[in-house]
Amino acid sequence: MKSDSTSNNFQCLPLGRFRGCRLTKRIIPCLDIKDGRTVKGINFENIRDAGDPVELAKFYSQQGADELVFLDITATIEKRKTLVDLVKKLASNINIPFTIGGGITSIENVSELLQHGADKVSVNTAAYKRPELITEIADDFGSQCVVVAIDAKREKDGEWYVYLNGGRTKTESNAIKWARDAVKRGAGEILLTSINHDGTKNGFALEIISLLTAALPVPVIASGGAGRMNHFKEVFQKAHADAALAASIFHYKEIEIPALKKYLKENNINVRI
Amino acid sequence: MEIAIIKYNAGNIQSVQYALQRVGYNAIVTDNHNVIKNADKVIFPGVGNAYSAMQSLKENRLDDVIKQLTQPVLGICVGMQLLCKHSEENNATGLGIIDLAVKKFVSEERHFKIPHIGWNNIYNVSSALFDGVKEDSFVYYVHSYYVEHGIETIATTDYIFPYSAVIQKNNFYGVQFHTEKSAEIGDRILLNFLKMK
Repeated sequence: MKSDSTSNNFQCLPLGRFRGCRLTKRIIPCLDIKDGRTVKGINFENIRDAGDPVELAKFYSQQGADELVFLDITATIEKRKTLVDLVKKLASNINIPFTIGGGITSIENVSELLQHGADKVSVNTAAYKRPELITEIADDFGSQCVVVAIDAKREKDGEWYVYLNGGRTKTESNAIKWARDAVKRGAGEILLTSINHDGTKNGFALEIISLLTAALPVPVIASGGAGRMNHFKEVFQKAHADAALAASIFHYKEIEIPALKKYLKENNINVRI
Repeated sequence: MEIAIIKYNAGNIQSVQYALQRVGYNAIVTDNHNVIKNADKVIFPGVGNAYSAMQSLKENRLDDVIKQLTQPVLGICVGMQLLCKHSEENNATGLGIIDLAVKKFVSEERHFKIPHIGWNNIYNVSSALFDGVKEDSFVYYVHSYYVEHGIETIATTDYIFPYSAVIQKNNFYGVQFHTEKSAEIGDRILLNFLKMK
């Protein structure tokens, strides 16, 4: 696929000149949730209860996170109520937008989460298996609240394949084709996690993110591989991601959001400070 | 102070109630005509489709109630759009309180993604609604339709071109961004609205 040259040469100008492109690049911490608690390993000395997603969410919003994503990895039917309770608590405690993902399979799930204060839902495996779900959500609640999350892996043949069930199940589908299809069906954003890059801390998957940002008319959130501040700069400047998501580097304070945003701003990337 | 949030079938109305709680106020979410008429402040939220939102207002005869309100009214997102005369979204007729049109973002240029999602800034802010809010403050947007620029515009945002971030006519205020999700700036604007007389 050839990427669009207009898109790739585009740079935001400094404040005060052309105002048309002042939408900022977003920094999104992602928290894994199990039974209403954040999953092991998050270590913050200045937070009373690091297992409490609400405390962490407040911390991140005060740090200048632009949005938050919560992925529920419990996602069993019995535990859904815990998640809804958590959504209520989050909505009454934080003043930035948040997305809930994990185990959403029906419009009823979506309705419940949005009614209790979530701004968006993220759908992955269920949307791949039954793509009508995307359209159902978009028709009832608008495209702006449907994030389609895609876990993709570049195989030896050079193609990016869609993986399901948290990266455990391979499909034969091309990730870019699936992303295009998802957008046609009503996805308002695509959240792309590269399995090859996730956890490596060697940088985001610039190749597939570039292809997606050139191919899609909706925002693309890059996920997987963040390790250093310049990785964020690269994914915004080279791959034109609209947002970048990371988990452990924020949770372990390897990168702090205020410092990251300062760095990005110094590198002429428009961020909210 | 009695604050009424208009209840109708237009998405995430609860968020506005939570936001008011965070800044220290309780609000009633209601479709009761008398409660709305007698409230000190009325908030008219809405996400989703303008046409179906308008249908829902009409079914509950809330359209006439809103038009006759004399206390400060704050329309948020689709609520703001419905204060206007017409929306290109499913060719919806609005309440017509503010004589501006709602149009769909169109861009030939790839880097302008639609919907307009994320943090953008407001400028040329001119109203007590923005006390303590600096020029170029960031607010959170999620929308595919926008209110055109006009004399009722009291704050502007640029995305592709300048459009109305906030509009006002008499006691009616409309904000396109989500005050309830715009961090400290959103909280400030909500609090300023609650001080309006």
